[in-house]
Amino acid sequence: MAEELQAPSEAKCVVIGAGIVGNSIVWHLARLGWTDIVQVDKGPLPNPGGSTGHASNFIFPTDHSKEITQLTLESMRQYKEMGVFTECGGIEVARTEERMQELHRRLQSATSFDIDGTAMLSPSECKEKVPYLDDEVILGGFWTPSVGVVDSLRAGTIMREKAQEMNALTSLPNTEVMDIEVTDGRVSAVVTDRGTIDTEYVVIACGCWSPRIAEMAGAAIPLTPAVHQMKDIGPVPFFADAKGDIEWPIIRDMDTFMYERQHGTGLEIGSYAHRAILYEAGEIPSNEQAALSPTEMPFTQEDFDLQDEHAMELMPDIVGDETIGEKYACNGLLSLTPDGAPILGETPEVKGLWSAAAVWIKEGPGVGKSIAEWMVLGESEIDLHGADISRFYEHHKTRQHITARTGEGFIKTYGIIHPGEQWTSNRDVRLSPYYEQEKALGGVFYEAVGWERPFWYESNAPLVEKFGDAVMPRTAEWDARWWSPIINAEHLQMRETAGMIDLTPFAIFDIVGPGALGVVQTCAVRQMDVAIGKVIYTPVLTPRGGFRSDLTIMRLGANHFRVVTGGAHGMSDRKWFADHLPADGTAQLQDLTSSMTTLGVWGPNARAIVQSLTSADMSHEGFPFGSCRVIEMGSLRVLASRISYVGELGWELYLPIEQGAKLWEMVFEAGQLHGLIPVGVGVYGTSGRLEKGYRAYGAELDAEYNIVEAGMALKKVKDADFVGKEAFLQQREEEPMALMCTLSVTDHHSASGEKRYMLGMEPILTTDGAPIADKHGRRSFVTSAGSAPSLGKHLLMAYLPPEHAVEGIELLVEYLGERYPVVVDRVGATPLFDPANERTLS
Amino acid sequence: MDICVCIKRYPSLGSAIMLTDDGMAIDTDKLGFTLSPHEECAVEAAVQLKEEHGGTVTLISMGPEGVEEQIREQFAIGADRAIWIRSDSTDIDPQAAAKAIGDAIEADETAFDLILLGSESADNANAQTGVRLAHRLGRPVATAIKGMTIADGVATCERAVGTMREVYRVRLPAVVTVKDGLNIPRYPSVPGRIKARKKPIDEVAADLDGARIQLKGLTAPIRESKGAQALGAGDEAADALVDVMKQIGVLS
Repeated sequence: MAEELQAPSEAKCVVIGAGIVGNSIVWHLARLGWTDIVQVDKGPLPNPGGSTGHASNFIFPTDHSKEITQLTLESMRQYKEMGVFTECGGIEVARTEERMQELHRRLQSATSFDIDGTAMLSPSECKEKVPYLDDEVILGGFWTPSVGVVDSLRAGTIMREKAQEMNALTSLPNTEVMDIEVTDGRVSAVVTDRGTIDTEYVVIACGCWSPRIAEMAGAAIPLTPAVHQMKDIGPVPFFADAKGDIEWPIIRDMDTFMYERQHGTGLEIGSYAHRAILYEAGEIPSNEQAALSPTEMPFTQEDFDLQDEHAMELMPDIVGDETIGEKYACNGLLSLTPDGAPILGETPEVKGLWSAAAVWIKEGPGVGKSIAEWMVLGESEIDLHGADISRFYEHHKTRQHITARTGEGFIKTYGIIHPGEQWTSNRDVRLSPYYEQEKALGGVFYEAVGWERPFWYESNAPLVEKFGDAVMPRTAEWDARWWSPIINAEHLQMRETAGMIDLTPFAIFDIVGPGALGVVQTCAVRQMDVAIGKVIYTPVLTPRGGFRSDLTIMRLGANHFRVVTGGAHGMSDRKWFADHLPADGTAQLQDLTSSMTTLGVWGPNARAIVQSLTSADMSHEGFPFGSCRVIEMGSLRVLASRISYVGELGWELYLPIEQGAKLWEMVFEAGQLHGLIPVGVGVYGTSGRLEKGYRAYGAELDAEYNIVEAGMALKKVKDADFVGKEAFLQQREEEPMALMCTLSVTDHHSASGEKRYMLGMEPILTTDGAPIADKHGRRSFVTSAGSAPSLGKHLLMAYLPPEHAVEGIELLVEYLGERYPVVVDRVGATPLFDPANERTLS
Repeated sequence: MDICVCIKRYPSLGSAIMLTDDGMAIDTDKLGFTLSPHEECAVEAAVQLKEEHGGTVTLISMGPEGVEEQIREQFAIGADRAIWIRSDSTDIDPQAAAKAIGDAIEADETAFDLILLGSESADNANAQTGVRLAHRLGRPVATAIKGMTIADGVATCERAVGTMREVYRVRLPAVVTVKDGLNIPRYPSVPGRIKARKKPIDEVAADLDGARIQLKGLTAPIRESKGAQALGAGDEAADALVDVMKQIGVLS
């Protein structure tokens, strides 16, 4: 009997949770050779009462995130292999013109991420597929034939039993986790009500309970349980002859944030339209206290009143039938995260403690496989950087942040999210020392991991007139949303005189100690055993030779290196370096992110401006490119580093954060004689770098592509060993399957005559309109898009297979339902603007 | 025919019942609410009678703010209007409840031909309110009824007594308390829900003088964990199943 079960006293790994994620993980760990796995769940099997048990279980493969789409496609593959996938097709319908445009954008993403057979349908074509739909209330639909429904509980059981058959797994249902013990920063045991299990690894895969379990070990999994409402009506006479679970395509009524799916003889109506109803993990009732299951909370009809009407509008013949009753309704709990992405990977707080939380049914088995690969092999086949738990900064982990962002994000589940869209809640959390000055200059603030920083400055508005059409104005609202012609005006002015850019969001950490060189050599591809005062830009690779990051490292002393990396991935990079610190304690990592600020000064006049503030020799000879040293600027001691991400002469100036405002004031004032303007991140992150062909991690660079493909291989490979070296050496010997190219749009005119400007992620097509894939099957799509005002072009970066990676070749890009001609301007990394880098090296 | 149905909001419980810190009430923080099955049958019976004979169905419920949820739910089934006797709690002494309901019925414009209640409430199960209400209104009452037809101003009511059945003829206007099994209550439809939102609820104040039963405290029963366990699949489960049956004394 259940009460007599005793927990084994030891395990290699304890997986907490027996939902779709936990079951997938135990199977994939076993498949990869781990044994002595113990799975614990406080509920009974096969349905322990978590979100898996009440999930609607349908899968639409398309997402605007490549990572999520890949996880979904991998999950579908596994569900099919297990025989628990029923393909039924699905239509996302639009009631508004704005949504029609969004559906075209979804079609773009489907093409970019290799989901075939998708098509736009007219209202009558939608009705042909789903006769109970009122085609008068919709404008069209996006059809995905591969949409299907899975039996996630059955899938979980199959995977769990496969692991048990291999004698790799002991499953303990009805077992409560009481504590997680941590010894010297590493997980050491799981205490349950059936005994204590000593273990090397713990995976938290218990959905909306995860925060409570992680807390036991002193780690944070920032998610919140939230309600998703659904009701089942039936029996529906139209479905009377239905034989299986699903025969008719699933409808997503996107504008009302709802879905309707046939479920046997019933119709399930689900909604993401209601107010955000959030709980805390500790508030969820136990299996015993719950009337249904712990995650099936009492239905609150008043939150569904409007949804009833919307469902009736779309499917009046069924939903409007008074003889069809509501058989079941619940407020189902699911997990929401502050940025909408899952929370995967080893927690930065505790070694050996892994999170696999905030995962939907559509991603479950893909996540299980990826987490297992990551744990066993050190790297997953699918790049999970967007979901990496180490992405969070401290403020991200607060209840207030989680509540604010999930509350704001819930309604975006089916929302139209512009790629530049900003969060509005919980802002002004991290303020740079220049904040007040920036505000006074009309800075338009965008958020970067909590930091507020100007995307452009309204004070530069007069420059728009000065540069006229060279700012490449955009008339289409979508193209111009979260954008301003002032960005391009700032760009042109910076190239003419100089600009100062707030770079405070950089993550900065020092590696110090006798073992420091070894650490940076291990992590960096480039030679780090360089003279003191050198600044090295370097890729950081995964073991298999994909991109883990790209960043700069300054050598400040024999045993002192300063790593500077983008704020967005800063915490992941910090964990990566920290994970490579030697066990003997001869090197340490010191995080200076919140101690140091960075101000960039670039442009032809940058030298004159900086020189006017210091007696240090700032000449090209006295302060060569790629070098750094401390200089005095008035009463400030500033670490100046001569590099550039915008392709201009200039410096990054590092100093203690409390002195930043003083530096800003000095530079701004000195710059007035030299035409200096404040420049926003619109230039720094897009137009400046695109003209120079600089790649960005997370866009051009991810674990799926290598240095050779990115066109960033240098002639020599250092002797010292580094992560990914073996793979990199092999990549150098092979013909690349794809090459990073810069393309420009040759005709921007849409059918209506309006000029359109792509924003990124659009598929690149042959002139016949066919998608392009390389020999690995990777589709060609726009990784970054933006203005190149100094070239008078709109540039697109994309990986192309060698047969298309030919300068001058013509191709097409698909944007919001239309196709535009593009030409390959550059294969490889040589910049289109200032190809000899004369400006940077002047 | 004008029918009145008395309904009482009641928390939908799991196997373990949580009490408030003072032990004076069920902690309903994580719970939804429902009606007792008897009352669901009473409303269904009223709606069926309305469909057969015409007329109206009026709901009466006592309690605080939340009772509207159950009222709207039964509006969606087909009730037409409601009288909400506002009180701080749904846990009311049956004598006081009967008086307050009786007052409300007498004050109402409608002269109800039939007043239906559940035979006893799902929480306190005093089984008194219906009888006391009939007495209060001076009407005949039939209790614990599981079958009912109405013709020529007479309700023919049946109830099961062991293997026997008793049949009563009650002249209307009358009070009838019914039991689960009287009928199969329908589920609310979506159009029913939408109509329910617009149906009127008249609020009246409760005069609870005369309450004589006072709650001293509650104790939650101690229950074993409901941890279900699969004993196996197919033929392989047989041995384990036999063991369990022996354990519980079904097999020897």
